[in-house]
Amino acid sequence: MSYSNKVIDHYNNPRNVGSMDKNRAEVGTGLVGAPECGDVMKLQIKVNPATNVIEDAKFKTFGCGSAIASSSLATEWVKGKTIDEALAIKNTEIVKELSLPPVKIHCSVLAEDAIRAAIGDWKKKQSTPVAVAEAKV
Amino acid sequence: MATEVTTLTEERAATKTNGGVKLPIYMDNHATTPVDPRVLEEMLPYFTDRFGNAASRNHSFGWAGEEAVETARERIAKLIGATTKEIIFTSGATESDNLAIKGVAEMYREKGNHIITAVTEHKAVLDTCKRLEKYGYRVTYLPVQKDGLVDLDDLKRAIDDKTILVTIMAANNEIGVVQPIAEIGKLCHEKGVIFHSDATQAVGKIPIDVIKQNLDLLSISAHKMYGPKGVGALYVRRKSPRVQISPIIDGGGHERGMRSGTLNVPGIAGLGKACALCYEEMPQESVRMSGMRDRLRDRIMSNLDEVYINGSMEHRLPQNLNISFAYVEGESLLMGINDVAVSSGSACTSATLEPSYVLKALGTGDDLAHSSIRFGLGRFNTEAEVDYVADRVVETVQRLRELSPLYEMAKEGIDLKSVKWAAE
Repeated sequence: MSYSNKVIDHYNNPRNVGSMDKNRAEVGTGLVGAPECGDVMKLQIKVNPATNVIEDAKFKTFGCGSAIASSSLATEWVKGKTIDEALAIKNTEIVKELSLPPVKIHCSVLAEDAIRAAIGDWKKKQSTPVAVAEAKV
Repeated sequence: MATEVTTLTEERAATKTNGGVKLPIYMDNHATTPVDPRVLEEMLPYFTDRFGNAASRNHSFGWAGEEAVETARERIAKLIGATTKEIIFTSGATESDNLAIKGVAEMYREKGNHIITAVTEHKAVLDTCKRLEKYGYRVTYLPVQKDGLVDLDDLKRAIDDKTILVTIMAANNEIGVVQPIAEIGKLCHEKGVIFHSDATQAVGKIPIDVIKQNLDLLSISAHKMYGPKGVGALYVRRKSPRVQISPIIDGGGHERGMRSGTLNVPGIAGLGKACALCYEEMPQESVRMSGMRDRLRDRIMSNLDEVYINGSMEHRLPQNLNISFAYVEGESLLMGINDVAVSSGSACTSATLEPSYVLKALGTGDDLAHSSIRFGLGRFNTEAEVDYVADRVVETVQRLRELSPLYEMAKEGIDLKSVKWAAE
């Protein structure tokens, strides 16, 4: 299978790789996928509580090049967005941006799930309702 | 054709070199091998000057074709300890497997309807058996042990009075594990059961002797031993016991009625030459191959932790190494070593999106099956290539582990098996 140039670029130069302290109140952590399925994504966001703006995002991914690229792209896209704006990101936009073939669509779904899971975790810490985060699961 | 070959060679010559190593490096010789130039040389006249149909009995064009075919038959027979009349030419090992299994099933239907095989067989055997199940045959799929070997006691227990055929591969295409075929054949003969072996990966790499190893039917492929694609053979025993098979392709009655169709003379000449070269060079070549394979293994394993070899090291083809790199997904690893051609048991690289059924049969967890890489060394690999490949693998695994949440969790002391994963 050949990869799109954007997938190759994210694979070779992944953006925002790393980890933040998951115990901090302003950090939300999403861990989605399973090792048996060949994909696990951890996506973390740091949110400004005053503005609800995502000021930083980090990821680590176990998975194929498309999974790595999808999560790398997701961190780029959520940075600077408000929580509500980040929740509006759709997997289909990731598919389009990275030109993912049909067999790799699940990578984009997982990235969308990771964003929602991270936001859900953050919201839980702020003691706000978590309905949105549960919606996809 | 010639133009394409030149283009590819030029392309390779034009690519970057690294420490005297020409890139990309081919190390996927279980998938296919390049044609040895000496094999190609043998084949070429049969495309042009000596193009005759081997079945044309009344002119010199036909005789030249027939002579080439008979020379090839002798060379193949010599490599496996058979006689020339026991060699049937086919389009490849998949056809040979089909012909052997379906041919015995039909011929011995009145004797019984039970076939025994193993779960780690190639799909050419497994899917053929599955089709026969639709027609009322009963198939036992033997499990394998953790090292990939069939348990002879399991086999003994599985044979009953309706068993007509046991089909167990000589060497596995993914993990290179070599089955105890001589013992399996002995057991079959004691019970009066026909023994077929898919020896696609074994012939030309390890010694095969149909008499000593009690083989009745043996599938052979040319393109796994530096011959051309699209040609293979089936050995069919003629004496003690005489094995008969029904054809699956009807027509002009070629190959003594067992396989009709005009013979692929250039391909067959190539297969014959490939066998002659393997016969001559196998003793030295297998030593060189296992030396390079062990060098590859040691260089990788001394630089990385949590690396697991899949299948027995002791009972293994000299050319094969199959390793799982924990916490790294196979396809992403292949992407990182894109100037090296190897393959992975990861679901992402398979048509079915399932991880390797062979590795699963060994009891390898799905997570490690996703992390597996198969290295297939071949005649044209060099030690410098082995070192380059090992180093690229090590640096890529290290990079991807830095990217892996699983590696991070494992280093934090989290037992990944105890995590409740939120799958999609």
